[in-house]
Amino acid sequence: MFDKYIICEDSLRPTKTPKPGAQVEVRLPYYRGLGLSMVEAVDVSVDGQTVDPQVTTLTVHGRTYPFSDLGGVLDDRWEMGEHATVAFPLDRPLESGVHDIDVAIRLRISYMPVPGGGRDRKRLTLQD
Amino acid sequence: MPTTIKRGVSLYSYQEEFFLRQMSLEDCVAHVAAVGGTGVEIIPEQSIVGYPRLSPEFLEQWHGWIDRYRLETSATDLFLDTKRVPGQWLTHDEQVASVRQDIDIAVALGAPVIRAIINTPPEVMRDAASYAADHGVRLLLEVHAPFHYEHPWILEHLEVMHADGGQALGLMPDMGTFVERFPRVVSERALRDGGRPDLVKYIVDLYDDHGDTHALMDIVHYRGGGPVEMGLARQATHFIFRDPRELLPHMPLIGHIQAKFYEMTDDANEYSIPYDRIIPVLVEGGYDGYLSSEYEGNRHIEDAFEVDSREQVRRQHAMFAQLLGEND
Repeated sequence: MFDKYIICEDSLRPTKTPKPGAQVEVRLPYYRGLGLSMVEAVDVSVDGQTVDPQVTTLTVHGRTYPFSDLGGVLDDRWEMGEHATVAFPLDRPLESGVHDIDVAIRLRISYMPVPGGGRDRKRLTLQD
Repeated sequence: MPTTIKRGVSLYSYQEEFFLRQMSLEDCVAHVAAVGGTGVEIIPEQSIVGYPRLSPEFLEQWHGWIDRYRLETSATDLFLDTKRVPGQWLTHDEQVASVRQDIDIAVALGAPVIRAIINTPPEVMRDAASYAADHGVRLLLEVHAPFHYEHPWILEHLEVMHADGGQALGLMPDMGTFVERFPRVVSERALRDGGRPDLVKYIVDLYDDHGDTHALMDIVHYRGGGPVEMGLARQATHFIFRDPRELLPHMPLIGHIQAKFYEMTDDANEYSIPYDRIIPVLVEGGYDGYLSSEYEGNRHIEDAFEVDSREQVRRQHAMFAQLLGEND
């Protein structure tokens, strides 16, 4: 469910610190909010290049977490429909124009024997 | 025969528009009243930012809406995140504590019953029962397809409920256990996703004939099905059709009903669930709780169609009003 809403339109932006990179806003493909410790993966690729999850951060309602620490976050949630920001460094800054963004989210849902989550792919224009 | 069955809506029904911020929480509550419902079922983890903390401001707002729209909070829905910590399982005591926390939330929201999710173990229900009783609420296990009233998992729960005397514990049937005909919104989605028409037809026909679906995934695999066809086959094993009369022996335990639906057609009928045969059984059994709408069609059509949850809920309530004799 909600797969086509994972990647938010017009949300691809360049970042400058600490290294050149980019960020994109994403939504949880689920009908409730979920504790961050149960968000197992938000895998991003840009123009076919996979971003190393070890270097991404996730920001929810103003709080930023290194993705590699998320499993230990037991006191914060990603709310239903909330725009979270995934940020990551890149080897070289993104050129202006349109980029192919792919995001796959994997969730650990306790009542499901198989992983939850979803996947979305959109072409986004780099914002200023 | 006059009935005291009440009409309500679970806010689950508006998930598409609520997710997209096209409806606010107040819009959702107001719509329950607009279709003539009197009870609103809330999923705190969906509707309340900052769960499990409920701010005094939120509670004031919630009770204000309940008063303004002349509603009552009919139920809350709890989840039990046994896999909260990576690589670990919540201990029994932690699971009971999780349920107790959700009991506190139900009390704060004014709900008399709580939906315990199907993965809640019977021993957790047993050990949370006294806390529920002390707080004047009842924990109701959802009986959700593919489970049914003779399933071993439900039988274990029934044993605990009967030992409790049905005081603090009970059942919340989900009408998804009465899917007589395969929901076409699901099979049509599989076709749009590129599913092979012959395999989609095979799955739908087998289901509609109420055939044995145990090996359906294997058969679809033998016939060369890919992820779309396998996904559809798995869904076919998670829908079930049981005789609605199986509810009758359990009536004293039934405190709330989740009126699941996938598609209300233009003439206000549910395509796959025979409410015209379910509601008379509830009346016969003397059920006096809520029929709480649970629209679950959005996820199957959102790829290709505009979702209109309000219209779907409106149609289901028009059907309920008719079947409950409100128009007589």
